[in-house]
Amino acid sequence: MTTLKYQTVIIGGGVAGMAAATELHKSGSKVVLIEGNKKLGGQVNNWYKVFPNFRPASEIVNSLSTNLLKDKIPVLLETSITHIESNSGNYILKSNQGQVIEAETVLLATGFNTFDPSGKEEYGYGIYPNVLTSVELEQRLKTNTNGISPKRIALVHCVGSRDEKVNRLHCSKVCCVSAVKQAIELKEFYPNAEIICLYMDLRMYDNGFEELYRDAQLQHNIKFIRGRLSECALNIEKDLVLKIQDTLAGLPMKLTVDQLILMVGKEAHQLPQFDESIIIEKASHGFIKPADSHLNPNTTSQPGIFCCGTTSGPKTIQETISDARSASLAVCDYLNKK
Amino acid sequence: MSKFGFKLTPSGTINYDQGDFRLAEFIDQHEPSSRLCISCGACSATCTGGAFAKLEMHKIHLFIKRGMSDNVKTQIQNCMYCGKCQLVCPRGVNNRNVIRLILTHFKI
Amino acid sequence: MNDIEKNVWRKYQKNIADDNYFFVRSCIRQNFFPASEQAFLKIMRNVLGKNVIEDPKHTTCAGIGYHSDVVTFDTLQTIMGRHFSLMTEAGIKNVAISCVTSFGLYSEVLETWKHFPKELEKTRDYLYKATGRTFEIPENIAHCSDIIYKFRNEIAQKATRKLVNAETGEPLSIVDHIGCHYSKIFPEYGEGGAEFPQVLTGMVSAWGGNSVDYPERRHCCGFGFRQYLVQANRGYSVSNTYKKLVSMEPYKPDFIVSNCPGCTMFMDKWQYTISEMEHKTFGDGNQGVPVLTYEEMAGLILGYNPWDLGLQMHQVSVEPLLKKMGIPYDESLKFADKNGHKSSVPFQPSYIL
Repeated sequence: MTTLKYQTVIIGGGVAGMAAATELHKSGSKVVLIEGNKKLGGQVNNWYKVFPNFRPASEIVNSLSTNLLKDKIPVLLETSITHIESNSGNYILKSNQGQVIEAETVLLATGFNTFDPSGKEEYGYGIYPNVLTSVELEQRLKTNTNGISPKRIALVHCVGSRDEKVNRLHCSKVCCVSAVKQAIELKEFYPNAEIICLYMDLRMYDNGFEELYRDAQLQHNIKFIRGRLSECALNIEKDLVLKIQDTLAGLPMKLTVDQLILMVGKEAHQLPQFDESIIIEKASHGFIKPADSHLNPNTTSQPGIFCCGTTSGPKTIQETISDARSASLAVCDYLNKK
Repeated sequence: MSKFGFKLTPSGTINYDQGDFRLAEFIDQHEPSSRLCISCGACSATCTGGAFAKLEMHKIHLFIKRGMSDNVKTQIQNCMYCGKCQLVCPRGVNNRNVIRLILTHFKI
Repeated sequence: MNDIEKNVWRKYQKNIADDNYFFVRSCIRQNFFPASEQAFLKIMRNVLGKNVIEDPKHTTCAGIGYHSDVVTFDTLQTIMGRHFSLMTEAGIKNVAISCVTSFGLYSEVLETWKHFPKELEKTRDYLYKATGRTFEIPENIAHCSDIIYKFRNEIAQKATRKLVNAETGEPLSIVDHIGCHYSKIFPEYGEGGAEFPQVLTGMVSAWGGNSVDYPERRHCCGFGFRQYLVQANRGYSVSNTYKKLVSMEPYKPDFIVSNCPGCTMFMDKWQYTISEMEHKTFGDGNQGVPVLTYEEMAGLILGYNPWDLGLQMHQVSVEPLLKKMGIPYDESLKFADKNGHKSSVPFQPSYIL
């Protein structure tokens, strides 16, 4: 079998992988982009509109993939890398399709998975039909298939984030603002329904986030209650009964809702299997630990293997694309010095 | 109940399904800036009355929104109408008008 | 099995010994539901043919004292070491625990010894100095309800009736209440975990009943040890039971089944207290909702005489339930002793029948 040769193999065809492929191609590097699914776009494909400006997520994916097409950058779809080993300064990658690829550098853009909330048993996910994840809600919004006429919907922040009980201590960064975005979308969908966000802290850290929160309060009358959901049960009318603590009022609180949206957090996507000689250090939250989080955010503990996007921790789409572009500079620098 | 030397303890839980939201709707309709309160507490910290009596403006906003009108009615009697709560509010809530509306609602 | 719970309880399948148990009794169950432990032994030995050993030298685990802050953890560990010593002497490696408080504490002590071996050393030292005894750590501990759960299908095969309304053939609606210390402290020690415990609903479904899920299902019965022990604090305790009873009321349960001594006692006896305080009763008419132990529930389907199961000791009368299930009983023998001699009849409450 012939070995395909590239300077850089990018693993993962989400927004990070696509953005990095285009940048590396522009810099004259010979790259290939590898994606396990049938189409490019990764997790962003699961979103309908994105914060903070309600832009259709497909616009971002389409724009990035059009660039790839225009530049005729090779893309291998439905291909997963099963094994990576090092070979005199280069890397040999084997795929599930039987290909063998030799490359000078590997850029990991494997991204994240969303937390499976059935581990938070008290929320009743997978048990009560009207409990769904934020990702499932996006699909329903996209296809207009939510199919209920609710009086009240609650969105629970930090599901699978900042929670020692499920061994997830980290903040997933995007859930707060995603919840505010989805709350507004729900309100527009069901103008007479009461939409409530149940939050621990509201982390509106980026440009436009705080403004969106303010807008949600003032223009859309979204209610915000500071308190983490402790238990969800079903009453005889099949409404969901929520037990929370209104930590600002300092009192326990009980309320019924017709639908419960769980803002599921981000966790590291599985990496390809590496040969024993390759050591990729991970941080405590399971994502890749960059060599230097301030100065070398895309360099891993293994020379020649780089990371970008949410492979090194939760990020917004904007941060992911910037990080991918920064990673392409790090890769170029490495190739030039080699 | 003296028969046993103890009695049922009333529940302190906010029952959001059975709150009295007449005041909440009235305030929301006439002073939508009240929606912006984030319970930062600046209003309560600076309150003239709050230093000596039970009066916390940020709690009043919460009680209104939770349908606990009785608590609002009790606390608002201690307000001295100085307006400092409005002066310090970082979210621009028109607290003076909220207080006026509460008084109107309760015909105080 | 309740469909909605399938997903969760599958994760919590614990290992329960198959035979040869060292039985440790509950302090308060022997007083309030005195025939339940006897029914457990009868089912284990006569129906399932299992070897269950008891030792009259077994004492309280001191759990109530421990939770009321009058017994230290060191003392508690040493008492449990002594129980394990009795077990070791009997040549047994599995413990069957009748009480949920004890079960929670046995779990806690064993976990402590696992993570802090020095505590175990210290306990061995204390016990040896005080009594000259040594002990082995059990291979398996299970609550007695776990064991009945494990053999629920065998019991169903030998049952003479089901948990159904004899007249309509409809399954009875049964509310389960699991003692907090059964699985809230260590969910993996409980059959089905803590949020959707399977231990009692598994019996209910296997024996033909319908398990009811209601909003306050996981709420504590309100026992709380030190709250109950001080009379003036009991209002706090009874309020929790009241909250549960109100929450289950719309489902019109035929009875409540519990695996915890304190819960069974409180949910039964507080119904009388609530009726006297608030003139409020639950269940059809003023009958109240009967509260059974799982052994009593098993005994009823196995055709045991209700009075041999000690059902006359309940505050809430069980006769309406017996009628519903088509179980014959002799009213005149309700308050008779073993030899059929009549004893005195208890005082009749004002509101609850």
